[in-house]
Amino acid sequence: MSDTAKSGPVLAADGTPLKRSLARALRMQKMRALMLIAPLLIFVLVTFILPIADMLFRSVENQIVSDTLPRTVVALEDWDATSGETPGEAVFKAMAADLQEAAAAKIHTRVGSRLNYETPGISSLFRKAGRKVKKWDVEGDGPFKEMFLEVDDGWGDPDVWRTIQTYSPRLTNGYFLNAADMQKGPDGPEMRPENERIYWVLFQRTLFMSLVITASCILLGYPVAWILANLPSRTANLLMILVLLPFWTSLLVRTSAWKVMLQQQGVINDTLVWLGLVADDARLVMINNQFGTIVAMTHILLPFMILPMYSVMQTINPSYLRAAKSLGATNWTAFWRVYFPQSVPGIGAGSILVFILAIGYYITPELVGGTKGVFISNRIAFHISSSLNWGLAAALGTILLVVVLILYWAYDKIVGIDNVKLG
Amino acid sequence: MTLRKFTAALATSALVAPAAFAADMADELTLVSWGGAYQASQQKAYVEPYLAANPDVKIIWDESSAEAVAKLRAMNEAGNITWDLVDVVASDSMRLCDEGLAMELNADEDLAAAPDGTPASEDFGDLLVSDCFAPQIVYSTTFGYRTDMVGDTPPSSICDVFDLEAYPGKRSLQKRPIDNMEWALYCDGVAKEDIYDVLGTAEGVDRALAKLDTIKDQVVWWTAGAETPQLLADGEVVMGSTFNGRLFSAIAEQGQPIGMLWDMQSFDLDGWIVPEGLPEDRKARVMDFLKFATDTQRLADQAKYISYGPARKSSAPLVGMHAELGIDMAPHMPTDPANAGNVHIYDYEWWADNRDDLDAKFQAWLAK
Repeated sequence: MSDTAKSGPVLAADGTPLKRSLARALRMQKMRALMLIAPLLIFVLVTFILPIADMLFRSVENQIVSDTLPRTVVALEDWDATSGETPGEAVFKAMAADLQEAAAAKIHTRVGSRLNYETPGISSLFRKAGRKVKKWDVEGDGPFKEMFLEVDDGWGDPDVWRTIQTYSPRLTNGYFLNAADMQKGPDGPEMRPENERIYWVLFQRTLFMSLVITASCILLGYPVAWILANLPSRTANLLMILVLLPFWTSLLVRTSAWKVMLQQQGVINDTLVWLGLVADDARLVMINNQFGTIVAMTHILLPFMILPMYSVMQTINPSYLRAAKSLGATNWTAFWRVYFPQSVPGIGAGSILVFILAIGYYITPELVGGTKGVFISNRIAFHISSSLNWGLAAALGTILLVVVLILYWAYDKIVGIDNVKLG
Repeated sequence: MTLRKFTAALATSALVAPAAFAADMADELTLVSWGGAYQASQQKAYVEPYLAANPDVKIIWDESSAEAVAKLRAMNEAGNITWDLVDVVASDSMRLCDEGLAMELNADEDLAAAPDGTPASEDFGDLLVSDCFAPQIVYSTTFGYRTDMVGDTPPSSICDVFDLEAYPGKRSLQKRPIDNMEWALYCDGVAKEDIYDVLGTAEGVDRALAKLDTIKDQVVWWTAGAETPQLLADGEVVMGSTFNGRLFSAIAEQGQPIGMLWDMQSFDLDGWIVPEGLPEDRKARVMDFLKFATDTQRLADQAKYISYGPARKSSAPLVGMHAELGIDMAPHMPTDPANAGNVHIYDYEWWADNRDDLDAKFQAWLAK
């Protein structure tokens, strides 16, 4: 062997340097692992991450105005919105040309309904003008200002033009402002009038009620999980079915059952009146309010609390409790100092599950919530399926997602996510 | 070619021609409706006779009308329209038309004329509220009350809903501003023809909400049409608004102690729209079905199964008995002169402009 070979890099059996050979082997291993999870990764990416990203992007997207009314947007650039005057003929001429093209493609009403979210009335202005504008000669006719005013004098309202100008950029923060009970005023963002503020109240209520529901699930679920974990397994299995049975029943059936139980002519009120505890004309109001929502949702989400607590409690060795007692601890001290700390990871896991499920619930609050017991998700559902204001729904959804992530982060800081166990 | 051969060839071509025409139409048709008794009435009045005439066609129902607007938009964005004909309320048809999601129809070409030759545009008249809409029925949102809970003087005016002294107890109202705001203003003394002018101002909105405030504590808000009949049956509410057909079935089919309060009933329409962007063969089939299903006889037949008024003027005289109960249907129609003495005509155009704005105010008021 020569000297050069001794001082050079260590070689593998095939003559390549060992370092490179090792790196290649590791890379191959990583690739293989990646290939194994590729089906799941692609599935999650295509069916979950991308649609969510697309939906979230709608909260700022606003291309429709500049795409449909390109000339008007340019012509409006020089117009001073604070002047309080209707823009000049050039803007109306540009609008006539844009509208004619849009009406031919049948998309003029689409931009009308987009702008109608901001200023009521624009939708019908576009609908009416779209019918007339088809017959106009965009080059020869005029003056267009009079022609538009003849179609509907709403076109003379500077507010309409201010709205078009404000919402001409391709990206907007308008939906987010709206979701925070604000609006774009002439001098930048401002709060909405008192009688239109709703989302802040709903966000607060959603968080507060989800916390109450999580707390009541802990209170009710802990003893059940403890009994399940400490019974002989045959009895425990039987009781477990009782926990799981409602879990397998349709959500709607369980919610409707609560209606039957809680309403004023319902089972509970009838029993109380029969027992003489409540007067017939003073029956308790237990549904269509926050109480009804909390009761029904606690019941529906209880299994998500019991199951992780149960599986954690099963792993707690009962001899620890016996040891504590034999060393002189009272029942309470033994439980509180020895048993409870070991069961905390189960509470943590159950709480996260219940809280995150509760914050996005909407069927149960819709059915039993009345006016004071509805969540922000009810408004999101309304804007998705009924008002078609998907931009606002996306903004509300984004805020909700960010709030959940912040809470998760805070939870990780305080409790530590490593302390969460599902079994 | 002999004469005989010639006639034979003629006969075959006459036979083949309609078949060739039919081959251009898809044999599958997806209809979207509301489910329940209403969809059953469409099945019996339109679909069964159509299938009898076209046995090769397969009809699929989808009960998605409640989410039709959102789903059609999603389908349109995905570029894959799976529905052929969609049953929606008039305001939704307007929105779908505005969004370019529904196809514009030409009433006189696409819909059948009346038997006496009156063109469809005249036969439907004002009910063609949107360029994309083929109306089927007139229904109304009106009140029902518990006959055993109102004493000897049953409510006879819409304003009795706001009268907690004469009729104590809970009321159920739909959880939306439409209709409720108009009723509130009407009972606050606004003349019927001025309602929308008043509601168009900020003070008018406050006035309507202030009137609703007087009964707010006593209101159960509903979102599904089945809720009011259930609440009435349970005795949870003394009166409540819902669709007149729901009240009809609670009264006539289930024998509940419920009475109808027709005063200021709010007329609304339900009808078909054809989604924009269907391939030619499916479009041909849909248009064929649409023409058949909205003709005079079919609309009159539907009234045998459900108490909604046919949207054609020419259908009204043909309305007969209920198919199973054998009762005369005319007095149960919202359009019957005895019931339609004082009606509220809902302004579609106005609500299309103002519903987002008023809804925000209404929801903020509810949450207070």
